[in-house]
Amino acid sequence: MSTINRTELSSKPMEKSMDSNQDPIFKKYANKTLPTGLMKTTAGLNLYTGAWTETEVLHLLRRCTFSPNATMVQTLLTLNPSQAVDLLFTNATNTITTPPINDYNTATYTDPTGIALGAPWVNAAYGDSTVNYKRGISMKAWWLKQMINNNNSILEKMVLFWHNHFSTELGTVPDARVYYKHLELIRTYALGNFKTFTRQMTTDVCMLYYLNGYLNTNTSPDENYARELQELFTIGKENTPNYIEDDVKAAAKVLTGWRINTTTTIPTAYFDSTKHHTSNKQFSSFYGNAVIPYQSGANGALETDVLIDMLFSKQQEVAKFICRKLYRFFIYYTIDSTVETNVIAPLAQIFINNNWDIVPVLKTLFKSEHFFELNSKGCIIKSPIDFLVGIFNTFKVDVPATMTDYNKSLIYNYVRSYGSLIAQDIGDPPNVSGWPSYYQVPEFHELWINSNTLPKRMVFSDMMLNSGFTAGSGTTIKIDYLNFVSQIPNADDPVLLVDYLCNLLLGISISQTKKDALRVNNLLSGQTSNYYWTNAWTAYVANPNTANTNIVKPRLLGLLLELTRLPEFQLS
Amino acid sequence: MQRRDFLKMAPVAAASTAMMINGLPIQSFAEHPLLHLLAKQTQANGRVMVFVQMNGGNDGLNTLIPLDQYSALSVARGNILIPQNQVLPLAGFPNTGLHPAMNKIRDMYVNGMVNLVQSVSYPSPNYSHFRATDIWLTASDSNQYLDTGWLGRYLDAEYPGFPVGYPNATMPDPLAIQIGSSVSTVFTGNSVNMGMAISDINSFYNIVNNSVDPAPNTPAGHELTFLRYISQQTQQYNAVLQTAANNASNLSTQYPTGNSLSDQLKIVARLIAGGLKTPLYIVNIGSFDTHSVQVDATDHTIGAHATLLKKLSDAIYAFYDDLKLHGKDDKVATATFSEFGRRINSNSSGGTDHGTAAPVMVFGKSVNPGIIGFNPIIPSTVTTSDNLPMQHDFRSVYAAILADWFDLPTSEVNSILLRSFPIPPIFKKINGVANTLEGGDNEALGQNAPNPMTNNTHIPFYSDGSHVLIELYNMEGRVVQTLMNQVVERGAHELILYRNDLPAGTYVYKLINGKITSSRKLLIID
Repeated sequence: MSTINRTELSSKPMEKSMDSNQDPIFKKYANKTLPTGLMKTTAGLNLYTGAWTETEVLHLLRRCTFSPNATMVQTLLTLNPSQAVDLLFTNATNTITTPPINDYNTATYTDPTGIALGAPWVNAAYGDSTVNYKRGISMKAWWLKQMINNNNSILEKMVLFWHNHFSTELGTVPDARVYYKHLELIRTYALGNFKTFTRQMTTDVCMLYYLNGYLNTNTSPDENYARELQELFTIGKENTPNYIEDDVKAAAKVLTGWRINTTTTIPTAYFDSTKHHTSNKQFSSFYGNAVIPYQSGANGALETDVLIDMLFSKQQEVAKFICRKLYRFFIYYTIDSTVETNVIAPLAQIFINNNWDIVPVLKTLFKSEHFFELNSKGCIIKSPIDFLVGIFNTFKVDVPATMTDYNKSLIYNYVRSYGSLIAQDIGDPPNVSGWPSYYQVPEFHELWINSNTLPKRMVFSDMMLNSGFTAGSGTTIKIDYLNFVSQIPNADDPVLLVDYLCNLLLGISISQTKKDALRVNNLLSGQTSNYYWTNAWTAYVANPNTANTNIVKPRLLGLLLELTRLPEFQLS
Repeated sequence: MQRRDFLKMAPVAAASTAMMINGLPIQSFAEHPLLHLLAKQTQANGRVMVFVQMNGGNDGLNTLIPLDQYSALSVARGNILIPQNQVLPLAGFPNTGLHPAMNKIRDMYVNGMVNLVQSVSYPSPNYSHFRATDIWLTASDSNQYLDTGWLGRYLDAEYPGFPVGYPNATMPDPLAIQIGSSVSTVFTGNSVNMGMAISDINSFYNIVNNSVDPAPNTPAGHELTFLRYISQQTQQYNAVLQTAANNASNLSTQYPTGNSLSDQLKIVARLIAGGLKTPLYIVNIGSFDTHSVQVDATDHTIGAHATLLKKLSDAIYAFYDDLKLHGKDDKVATATFSEFGRRINSNSSGGTDHGTAAPVMVFGKSVNPGIIGFNPIIPSTVTTSDNLPMQHDFRSVYAAILADWFDLPTSEVNSILLRSFPIPPIFKKINGVANTLEGGDNEALGQNAPNPMTNNTHIPFYSDGSHVLIELYNMEGRVVQTLMNQVVERGAHELILYRNDLPAGTYVYKLINGKITSSRKLLIID
């Protein structure tokens, strides 16, 4: 019931999020080894035909969007599981939306390249490092906006997946326009053909900058991209047998000659045959002792295509590598032999059979018995992005359309910077491997949570329920929980209201005893008769005057604060 | 009457807005430099105030029973009335007794550890649980909406800037603890909630034992356990709670089982005994909303309400037994409150509907033993809309706690309670003049002359220099005239009571001035 007007979080410099590995509390309680003996489903990829209730719908939306949106829950309940999954893909139409715009001109600052306030900057001239920095912020804010306005589709989750997969850092790429082109590429192929995607990524300007591909020449080979292409992007490290160091060297030679032309308005990739290695490139037995013959002149660029063909000829390795990564991203991080046999192997075969189209793989996984089985639910710790964007999505937090672009950007950038504060700064993963939470054995996503980041998550949800934030925009962005609860059916029944909110907000259900305590302590203020809440809520709905509002408000606030502080709220 | 010789330094206004909200103590914010260190009288003497919230509206007339009103009571509420010979007598107050289930509280009364304040309420009382609870927790007027709780305002004044700079060497512990619920509105300060919630009994013992609730052996259960540990261990005050709990155990053998209030007070006693400096605790006992069957139909001394009062009584008795064994009983005062009392008339369901005034009970070695105020007067004919008139504003009780238990200067008490309230002599005077109870020191209020009166009469009184309230009550307990309601300069005074349209009969006039409450009878004849 306190209204707090706090601006510290936006006005003071963001402190570095604490590294979990430096945190004694984290180290005491996080995994020391991968958990074993947990009850997990043995189900495979058969089409799920079981119960289709809120439980299943909420699970699907938690994993494939950013926390469930009640409107979408109702929509999906009218469909069958297969149709529901399909809808998440048909909703993914806005692969490229309005690009980021100049939201940074102020009374004291004007874009030096002549881009007006509100106009896209993505094809403008470079300008200088100041405007480039501002454009980087603008792009990240734009990205948050895409995620918050995600249209209940699978797209933004897959953009995040591929961003983590083909990891690049805006902070080390010298040009925001180039990074935006990189994002366009990710958005184009997020639900596309992985092989084509990989080929395009190999000569993407942003990637050429990030992994030094543009410095890889016949006279001084740079193996950086050639290594990550195999280790992180396609083949992986865990095969027996696997590629060897000579394969990295050979691939690097194939890729020599790709350069960046900075004389065009926006830097472009081109192939310089004079920098291309003139040898035939010999690969190991892992690749069947393949040789990629030298091609002279402009045709040298075609060797890259041959390289990609060769990598993808290792069908099982590539397909399983990606499927395991998808499994860890969307299901859980432990992959035992049952999962390997019943899920990964058949899923990989679907990937191969569909010639590297990702959509059939995803749809099969999300429509499967394995995905919907009880023990697959609620076991993912929300990533910071999932947590932050999910609060906007679930509580339908409004960023008013009437706000100026400049002010909207302040809002989205505030959310972006809060992500940085709790260890996930979109557009700036820690390194080429992406965020450790998606790959680091044995902790995996437990790495998101430590004695610094968990309280800060709670501060954010508390703030969104209490004071909200303005980030200097002059508009308070907060959860309008009275409006939110007004849209809940049977909100006048405190038992049903608590049930509804627990289902919607908590990744795993709490005991009836705890639900009763939440109801009695908050909605009933310690009373035992449910009709006291019913009367209060009915009176408020009939006449939302000051007196009636002041009765229901602190009680709902108390309930929502308690719910969002529960550990269960961190689970997806 | 003199105010205390030393005044606390007025607290400096908070220089920094807090970064967290609603009682979420956060380790990472404890790194800020200490902004203010004030000498804290309350910390120096280590006094603790425990509030027992009786949710639902306690039936005061069946708790503190006016024996001189039995004929009227038997008409108004015969189907729930406690047999007169079963009522527990209170020495010194032959016309007033306790519900027979409260024998342990009566034992404490005999030992001089109970003060009972009659008919506590506020003007224009509200009959809604929610609104009335909010009024009690925020200390607002009936028509006023406050965003802060009265104890939140107190803690804001005592610990400026919280949570920035806290915990620190002076205040390493939670400012306030609530057990058995979410953090109460009562602790909401101007920027943050100043309290910490120990959400249930289990979670306390989880903290003490470094354990968390069991979770299923599934992937979700595995991650939940991890999250619960991190959540528990990042509670700012986890370590100090654990240390305090490990410093002391419950020594009393009097704690009843199956009594959730007792379970809560056990924790409070253990934390106090273990050295926690927390000055405020709130515990809860529910189900006082006794609309039906509050007594057994054949034996009115047992039933739902009796069970609740027994739980209350047994728990508080054990709590003080424990504190005494730890040598802490002189440091801890306890007050009950409930959002309202219940109707004079019982209903046909064998229960009582929402009412107004009811007694507040205050416990501890520092209270003035006895009763403040007089028995409510029950009209011979009671309608279902009749309620007990207020004798004491609940904020007067709060004022006594702040002024006489926490030693706050009047200006600060008034600032926390948003204006001045008369201070009833609940606590023994700790500094300066001894407090007195009604009947013990009537020098502050003289007998009127002439008495009996016909047209007017003179009433002598003494003011300590603060607010004086003198009201005239008829024998039904209703205020018929307010004779004085203002600050009066220190010294002897006299006022003239004009009869106006008052019918002949017996009246009571009553003075409240600072810590003095005094009343006398007068007679009007035609």
